[in-house]
Amino acid sequence: MDVDAPTTPEVDVKHVDPDAPGDRTADEQVDMTGLDEAAAKNRHHDGTDGVHGDHDHVSDNRYIVIAAILAVITAAEVVASYVDLGPVFIPLLLFMMAVKFFVVVSYFMHLKFDNNIFKRLFYTGLFLAVFVYVAALLTFQFFES
Amino acid sequence: MSDTKNDTPDNAVGDPEVQDDNIVSDTVKEAGAIVKDHLSDDHDHRDAHDEFGHTPVDEHDSHPGAHHTSLGLSNTKLAMWLFLGSECLLFGGLISTYMLYRNRHSEGVGPDQLWDIPFTSASSFVLLMSSLTMVLAVSAANRRDDRNTKLWLVVTATLGGLFVAGQVYEFTTFYREGLGYTESLFASSFYTLTGFHGVHVSVGIIMLMATMGMVAKNKISGDKAETVEMVGLYWHFVDVIWIIIFTLVYLIPA
Amino acid sequence: MAIIERPASDTLTYSDMDAAVTATSSYGYLRRPVETTGWRSWAFTVDHKKIGIMYGVAAMVFFVIGGLEAGLIRLQLAGPEGTVLSADKYNQMFTMHATTMVFLFVMPMAAAFANYFIPLQIGARDVAFPRLNALSFWVFIFGGVFLNTSWFLGGGADGGWFMYAPNSDTPFSPSNGVDFWGLGLQIVGIASLVGAINLITTVLNMRAPGMSLMKMPIFTWMAFVTQMLLLFAIPVITVALFLLMFQRSYDATFFSVEAGADPLLWQHLFWIFGHPEVYIIVLPSFGIISEVLPVFSKKPLFGYPFVVFSGAAIGFVGWGVWAHHMFASGLGPISVAVFSVSTMAIAVPTGVKIINWTLTMWGGKLWFTTAMLFAVGLIVNFTIGGLSGVTHAVAPSDTQQTDTYYIVAHFHYVIFGGGVLGLFAGFYYWWPKIFGKCLNERLGKWNFWLMMIGMNMTFGPMHIIGLQGQPRRMYQWTEARAGEGFFNLGFWNLVATIGTFILGVGILVFLYNAIFQHRKEPAAPIDPWDARSLEWLTTSPPKPHNFDRTPTVHALDEVFHRKYEDVGEGDQHEYVLRTSLEDLVLEEERHADAHIHLPAPSYWPIVLAFALPIMAYGVIYTAWLIALGAAIAIAAMFGWALEPADAEPSDFDPPATGGESSSKELANV
Repeated sequence: MDVDAPTTPEVDVKHVDPDAPGDRTADEQVDMTGLDEAAAKNRHHDGTDGVHGDHDHVSDNRYIVIAAILAVITAAEVVASYVDLGPVFIPLLLFMMAVKFFVVVSYFMHLKFDNNIFKRLFYTGLFLAVFVYVAALLTFQFFES
Repeated sequence: MSDTKNDTPDNAVGDPEVQDDNIVSDTVKEAGAIVKDHLSDDHDHRDAHDEFGHTPVDEHDSHPGAHHTSLGLSNTKLAMWLFLGSECLLFGGLISTYMLYRNRHSEGVGPDQLWDIPFTSASSFVLLMSSLTMVLAVSAANRRDDRNTKLWLVVTATLGGLFVAGQVYEFTTFYREGLGYTESLFASSFYTLTGFHGVHVSVGIIMLMATMGMVAKNKISGDKAETVEMVGLYWHFVDVIWIIIFTLVYLIPA
Repeated sequence: MAIIERPASDTLTYSDMDAAVTATSSYGYLRRPVETTGWRSWAFTVDHKKIGIMYGVAAMVFFVIGGLEAGLIRLQLAGPEGTVLSADKYNQMFTMHATTMVFLFVMPMAAAFANYFIPLQIGARDVAFPRLNALSFWVFIFGGVFLNTSWFLGGGADGGWFMYAPNSDTPFSPSNGVDFWGLGLQIVGIASLVGAINLITTVLNMRAPGMSLMKMPIFTWMAFVTQMLLLFAIPVITVALFLLMFQRSYDATFFSVEAGADPLLWQHLFWIFGHPEVYIIVLPSFGIISEVLPVFSKKPLFGYPFVVFSGAAIGFVGWGVWAHHMFASGLGPISVAVFSVSTMAIAVPTGVKIINWTLTMWGGKLWFTTAMLFAVGLIVNFTIGGLSGVTHAVAPSDTQQTDTYYIVAHFHYVIFGGGVLGLFAGFYYWWPKIFGKCLNERLGKWNFWLMMIGMNMTFGPMHIIGLQGQPRRMYQWTEARAGEGFFNLGFWNLVATIGTFILGVGILVFLYNAIFQHRKEPAAPIDPWDARSLEWLTTSPPKPHNFDRTPTVHALDEVFHRKYEDVGEGDQHEYVLRTSLEDLVLEEERHADAHIHLPAPSYWPIVLAFALPIMAYGVIYTAWLIALGAAIAIAAMFGWALEPADAEPSDFDPPATGGESSSKELANV
């Protein structure tokens, strides 16, 4: 068979015996398991999506508790902005902002329980954003004024 | 969820966290070994990767790729996180522009005259709570509970709509008080930043309603729970951006 | 959820898994495109190989346009008081030359290679999101065409490629050129961003069994780093372009200095994007020659991990050096010192790469094909550009050189010497893989030497001209100030112009070779270069499904290890040929997968992409066009979301008999 020619006829896949011994490739087996919807569903919850089994079902009640905490922090922020706290005011507000940010990202967006690769990708973006823009504002002598 | 496209077998049954932790450390380890191999190399013609090259990989491994191939993750989710990582730099730029310009309004109206903290706090609270309802929708979708999924999606969209309505009200009020878009650097950067956020929220509302409709009519061409989860990720992201804006723009005085 | 797409699952299981979706009811009004020949097979394709070829062709067209603009610039400067172009046209010419070359040639050409070869090199059937891939391409095309229509609608942009605001604001640039520029780049940026998300997902998630990150071919690695840079850099320029758009079209005040605006805001935003952009331009070429050099030296790449990690390090440190473009802007001594040091630091990983390439060739059996010549040419010319770059890191020296031709010389050595030569190495190396025929080597040698002599004659003298003080972006120079003797500006300007035309002839030789001579060439052998990486483990050109069976990877340089056997003992390695690539490919064909599934073509990417320039025209001319464009976009998104990524078998004509239809059937099983 002349494989040099770009016009090599295509393999007629229909003639390949899928059950021929040794021919079954790994991904065919995957497909086989994929047929079973229940199994697929199971996999989804047990780790396919990188959701850690133990934490997969953060119960709805827990979400409500988290939301309540967020609401309390928000209230604290607003209160803080009405009280004269002196030099700790801005750091405190930034701290509360960061706490809220990471609580939502970690729990509501599941980043805490998900595969680490998501965390890395997202935090890379976040880090770069903070780094370049703070550096740029520094060159404006922004924080001195 | 089954992304079994040929080479993305994702039936990895192992502990995914362990598996992932290995990706970076494995890569570094492997690189180190290649380097070591090179150091002991007296002939340049030697192939450094031989040692790894002939590690047998069992093709009949019942879970191929658990350690070497695809990450066993959903492509869509990976793409969504990449997109959100990228969005960090978009909003970072807009926030920085605002931070730089927030005091530059010469004689025009400034933040001190305009801000209505109780009102903005209330609308922030509404958006924050929409994150809760969103997460409840995702949770319901994971349980394959269509009824509650639809319900929470609608509630989320409504809260989002309330937030956007609040923003429109706020913009009109500010405009009446003399803060036109072209009035000052402060005005331009404030409207641009919050406007971009508002557009993101509006897009999110459209996505929520579309998802709701598609769930109702069973027209989602893919995994339903995952689709809801993706909308959720976007929605929460828009929420965390508002968390930052609320503090930096409204609460910290200019 | 418009732009969210799942990778195709196996068709046979599809209907079982998602019983609720039936194709006919879900995508409604239109029958899916199924053509495998004719223009429809290209316009609606989602095949990464076809998209890669289209990217390449389009980028080449823009390369010619950008080259013509460069030719006009050099003609204008060939003699004193040039009259070829008016001052205004000259401004448009250099702005559009740079914009075209950077955004419409080098980046999409790198995208062409990345599209074509990443899936092949990692053993995948396609990218992770085939329809998004098509969207990227069409958005890029429409953006590029939109940008160039400005020539017919009042003139191109005229603010220089970095378009410093407030200089680019309406009082100083009243034509619509800058609007076209900003919106065009916005559109092209969407293409890059979507492409980046797609390719990163592909690299992370679609690798064949056994292919760990440290077994990935080096080109894939460098393309991966490039896409990470794009992912995070594009949004920054997006912000800048939005601010400029609001400033010009809606009277915002971001750059109105009289209102207290800071002119450095634009510079920061542009260069935070702009410096990573430099690495976006050169890293794919670095990847290409890191593939070419080992093959034609008959040795593995020296220090593969170092090449990988130095590439990643360049990508990372590249974020901390942007302000070295702004040393003359009065940043203040501390900022200048910090960015000076970080700029010097980034020379280190770059130097590591040059050393690795050199040592790859050291002691190898060098085979100087055209591809190899271009690769070696890159090392030499890029090193020159890199060294003049280090002189810019020294701020006192840089303030002397800022805005002179010395800078022009430097970045052309980097972008042309480091970027474009690598792309040409890629053409000659991969041409037989893509088209099944080699490019003519004799013409290739001519092509190489003409380009090499041409580029050094063009950009070499610019070092002298620049140090003599000729500023960039000046449309005329006068004999009275040209200087005397060896450093006479007139002489070197003339040399540079002659060089440009030699360079142009070199590129014409390539075009002749690629378009006309190529047809007369015999079919290439399947393994013309004794190649090493996975993309060669299939026919040339590759079948629509790339690999007959998904390869299991055991080694870096997988194909080399399949062809050669190690008969050395202990630590000594000696490789003897075990099997030819022909036999290996035949072996793959014998074990072809029974169920090959490919994503089906779609109308929606091109429709959605088409909406963007309409909206952009709307921003410039009349608002109702924005609404029209938005309506098309929303319709396309819903069509997209409702269309399953996989076509139902019933969407296709029943397979006919004969060779022609078998590929069609295969593509759509």
